[in-house]
Amino acid sequence: MSTQNLSNDQELFVSGHRACHGCGMSLAVRHILKATGKDVIVVTPTGCLETFTSPYGYSPWRVPWIHHLFENGPAIATGVVAALKAQKRESERVVAIGGDGSTFDIGFGSLSGMLERGDDVLYICVDNGAYMNTGGQRSSASPIYSSTTTDPAGKRSLGKLQKKKDLPTIIAAHGVPYVATASVAYLKDLQKKVKKAMGYHGARYIQIDSTCPSVWGFPSDQTLEVARRGVQSGMVPLFEMEDGEVTKVRKIKKKIPVEEYLKTQKRFKHIFSDADGREEIQTIQALADSNIERYGLLKKTAPQDAEVQD
Amino acid sequence: MNNTSVMEGSEAVAVAVKACRPHVISAYPISPQTHIVESLARMVAGGELDSQYVRVESEFSAASVISGASAAGSRSYTASSSQGLLLMTEVFYASAGMRLPFVITGVNRQISAPISIQVDHQDTMSLRDSGVIQFYVESSQEAYDTHMAAFKIAEDPGILLPVMVCMDGWILTHSYERITLLEQDEVDGFLPPFQPVNSLDVNDPKSWGSYAEEDMLMEFKYAVHQAMQSGKKRMKEIFTELAQITGRDHGGLIEAYRTEDAEFILVAMGSVTGTVKEAVDELRSEGKALGLIKLRCYRPFPHEDILNAIKGARAVGVMEANFSMGSEGAVSMDLKAKLCGQKDAPLVVSFIAGLGGREININTVRNIVEELEGVAGSDVPQLEPRWVGLNTDILPKGVE
Repeated sequence: MSTQNLSNDQELFVSGHRACHGCGMSLAVRHILKATGKDVIVVTPTGCLETFTSPYGYSPWRVPWIHHLFENGPAIATGVVAALKAQKRESERVVAIGGDGSTFDIGFGSLSGMLERGDDVLYICVDNGAYMNTGGQRSSASPIYSSTTTDPAGKRSLGKLQKKKDLPTIIAAHGVPYVATASVAYLKDLQKKVKKAMGYHGARYIQIDSTCPSVWGFPSDQTLEVARRGVQSGMVPLFEMEDGEVTKVRKIKKKIPVEEYLKTQKRFKHIFSDADGREEIQTIQALADSNIERYGLLKKTAPQDAEVQD
Repeated sequence: MNNTSVMEGSEAVAVAVKACRPHVISAYPISPQTHIVESLARMVAGGELDSQYVRVESEFSAASVISGASAAGSRSYTASSSQGLLLMTEVFYASAGMRLPFVITGVNRQISAPISIQVDHQDTMSLRDSGVIQFYVESSQEAYDTHMAAFKIAEDPGILLPVMVCMDGWILTHSYERITLLEQDEVDGFLPPFQPVNSLDVNDPKSWGSYAEEDMLMEFKYAVHQAMQSGKKRMKEIFTELAQITGRDHGGLIEAYRTEDAEFILVAMGSVTGTVKEAVDELRSEGKALGLIKLRCYRPFPHEDILNAIKGARAVGVMEANFSMGSEGAVSMDLKAKLCGQKDAPLVVSFIAGLGGREININTVRNIVEELEGVAGSDVPQLEPRWVGLNTDILPKGVE
């Protein structure tokens, strides 16, 4: 990355905010806005992003930005879109950026309504797999066997027993034109997807796997490495869906066992602490393998018609 | 100006909203509000009304959509009732705090449980502390007129708050009344397009809905209170300005009906005030010095006007279609608080009347007045509310 890219003058999301060291989310947001350009109004439901960017009197946002409540980001975005339409402000677009708590859980009804109506909003979920703003509680985006503060590992608990909610598929089932997943480990890929999504009208969705050193439990200089391992293991499949069909996947260059991902984080520590944990690791490996199979993430299993990216 | 027709109360509201030219309407069905938003939907479908109409999946989203639209500088509107208004509550608090003006019709209906669709004021009055300005109307004509004023009040640069026009479900929304409509140019003259002080705009990027710590949150709340308090004067001016156009003066924040020299005064809100006025006339003709204060504005609480109107009265009976569980009627609580420590303050008695659509007729009012006269003579403090027409036969065993 050149120094020019680090200059605040070029940025729509500038430094000085209060994110934790190594926050994947702040990195993602900076690159989202690089891709959208300045003619966007950003809606952010309550969560880490709202908290670390909005202490009154300070703001890193150089685009108009609004936070209202936790569970209504999509509906606020819809309202802004309706107002722009009524005022014939055609050059301005709306982007909502929320965390997994607001997107997968509490704001899901509002999101589903927005998708079903096909409102012209690019909704981006920066997914770090738990409620980080309140200290790391379980969400329906938390991965299986992760230990969270409300579903902690213990003598009688393996942490979360359920799989992560398959939200991209649920969103695609609404019949929206564009759904994609991305990772903070691959920022160019992320920007490309945001740009592509902005080329469509109607409701669109991007889910970004965003690492959180503070709650996942890894050193803050490992943000990108941990995220990369998520992708390379098959835990975080990167794909694009257009009109309900998978049209592109990001190939895994060299597949790594899920253990190489899990062992980097304290939230999975308990499954390594005794022999019984083998079974859980195998279960997670099976999920990663099924992702690889389903999306054709290895070169030899790629669907014939899907464009391959490295 | 002489455009009069007979129409349903809901239709009168829809016609009023249409004349106010909202950019954005968002709606979710709930009885008895539904006819209003159905009527607006027909107007949009028929090309008579050029509004963005967003059909949402919940009342929570309806209130959120109009909040987002307001932030982006558009005049916006929704209507709801009962559980729907409660579901919107969190949105109202946030939008008032963020100074987002819009108008809601709060069609009054009781709150579950038990579930019922009949009228009382528990729903809208539960939003008391949210920062939403609340008006209550007696007739559909008053509902029509008040909606015009509501947009102007909400969008006033010195106020900038959501405004709710509360009207009794069924009794007003579903009954037919002769309504005199304004001409569109009269409405346009009274209510120019919304000129937001701030709005979401890519050419002037601002951040909205910030986080405020203990060093500044209180000031935000104080500012909302002050907008309401100092807004009272502006609200009265707006009602006067409208009355000059319509030729109909419904009063300012209260209507004092035959309160001069009154010994006993009733306080009531909504459609029941029509009945109470008739009862006042009857009892006056029988020689009783009785008056009524119709509370048109509940928030901000117009205590200055009320205190002025009840000066010299012996006792005030507040007819409440609401109840604060474990205490008493909410209007009595406000009134007693403001009277506490005032010299020669009259006795205030809370009468719980009309919950869940329980009928209030002239005889009911006569009984209330009789009870009020009875307690006014005694020295016993009136700490407990009086439940009007409570059928003790059907109470569970052991309930006194």
